Amino acid sequence: MEPKVKISVQNLSVFFGRHQALRNLTLNVPANRILGIIGPASSGKTTFLRTLNRMNELDPDNRVEGRILMDGLDIYHPSQSAVQLRKRVGMVFALPMPLPMSIYDNVTYGPRLCGIRNRAALDEIVERTLTAAFLWDEVKDRLNLLALRLSGGQQQRLCLARTLAMEPEVVLLDEPCSGLDPISTARIEDALSVLKERYTIILVTNNTKQASRVADETAFFLMGELIEMGETARIFTVPKDQRTSDYVTGRFG
Amino acid sequence: MRVSPKITQALAVILLGAATLLTVVVLVLIIAFVLKRGVPEISWEFLSTKPREMGKAGGILPTILGTVLLPLLAIAIALPMGVGTAVYLTEYTRENRITKIIRFGTDCLAGIPSIIFGLFGYIFFVTMLGMGWSMLSGGLTLAIMILPTIIRTSEEAIRSVPQAYREVSCSLAATNWETVYKVVLPNALPGIMTGVMLGIGRSIGETAAVIFTAGSSLMMPNSLNDSVRTMSVHFYLLAREGISTEKAYATAAVLVFAVLLVNLIAYWMMNRFIAKRSR
Repeated sequence: MEPKVKISVQNLSVFFGRHQALRNLTLNVPANRILGIIGPASSGKTTFLRTLNRMNELDPDNRVEGRILMDGLDIYHPSQSAVQLRKRVGMVFALPMPLPMSIYDNVTYGPRLCGIRNRAALDEIVERTLTAAFLWDEVKDRLNLLALRLSGGQQQRLCLARTLAMEPEVVLLDEPCSGLDPISTARIEDALSVLKERYTIILVTNNTKQASRVADETAFFLMGELIEMGETARIFTVPKDQRTSDYVTGRFG
Repeated sequence: MRVSPKITQALAVILLGAATLLTVVVLVLIIAFVLKRGVPEISWEFLSTKPREMGKAGGILPTILGTVLLPLLAIAIALPMGVGTAVYLTEYTRENRITKIIRFGTDCLAGIPSIIFGLFGYIFFVTMLGMGWSMLSGGLTLAIMILPTIIRTSEEAIRSVPQAYREVSCSLAATNWETVYKVVLPNALPGIMTGVMLGIGRSIGETAAVIFTAGSSLMMPNSLNDSVRTMSVHFYLLAREGISTEKAYATAAVLVFAVLLVNLIAYWMMNRFIAKRSR
């Protein structure tokens, strides 16, 4: 059975000033699956993620061509608000980036902006999301601790919980484990495998092994182009394109 | 001929140490001088009663009030304007010709002698707008005078907040203003407070601009429309008019204590704020 399409990207090109970061991308992101995106540095992976929640717009030189449909609606249509979109599309950054406030305040930052003030409701969100990010047991007794005091791995799981607290439909992860040790990485991967039942996950990773472990489908980017996308097992065993084959077997990148 | 590193090192320690020592000695001497001549004159009566015979006798209560109220008024006006300008320049515009002109303008403003501000305040607030010699005229004039300091220190403080915080906040569906209000400003607060302290310091010490705009009344001020005299002005007039050297130094001593108190309070508040945020 063909999985439901959550995001449909059609002829997407992204520019920063004169520099073209993405070239004519067309792909479908399946719902409730993990899409892994692999590729060498500066192949446009992060740009692609940041196009999906319109974060590239923070750069005034950014320009987008083509269409991105989420549940059939164009997210770049003038009637669509970027702020509303970011409530539906959450993001975890490459480096753990807690805000300089307590663990509790980090998790409730988004929900409070959405107008949730009720203490019990916020408490519930904190426990639920920290549990989902496999962090609750480690921090439940010190939620008022400054988040910067946590270890790197804990901080990144906190960032995941903070993103989940927005109740997004799509979670974008930009090399979330690049600064983490193997145990912390395993924790995050465990969390993702459970989370895909409720969310559509797009995982950019420099680590091809990570993609092969957790991604259901994998896309290979090279110099701003989508070279190939398909079931992870197939991409890693019988890729159609020679460049994909060279990359996943470690011949370059 | 090369000087051995040991000798340059020793020389550096001596020279730098001497510079530091000299600074401290001068500071201590000034304060000691003022306190030695002023403190014996300070009494509860001096602090709590009105002056008599133009300040020759009696206390300085109205000028203490003036010294507290005028800088407070100036900060109350300059802080929102200055921080607002800084936020606009850093968060709402790109670096372009207009922001450069604004920045150049504020830098020029910062270098203008205070008496020019006094003259402007006199012509504009006191005369043209008909506010007369009043706390309001004085507060507005001082506010304009300290505005450049507050803008520049706030701007620096806001720029030093990591860009990543803004990105995170934005990715959590915060609007630009919510990010400024909830993330940028709280993290820039220590730097902004530095600007505020500098501004308060300048306002407390100012004489020229204050005489021109707030006047030098020795009456207790009842409203913003009343003229007031600050301790700095009082000291200046007592000394210049030869009214009473003893009272002048006593006023100066109280002023020194007041500035010390303001700095201590600011320091304490800052530490408390930082401690609260870094549990």
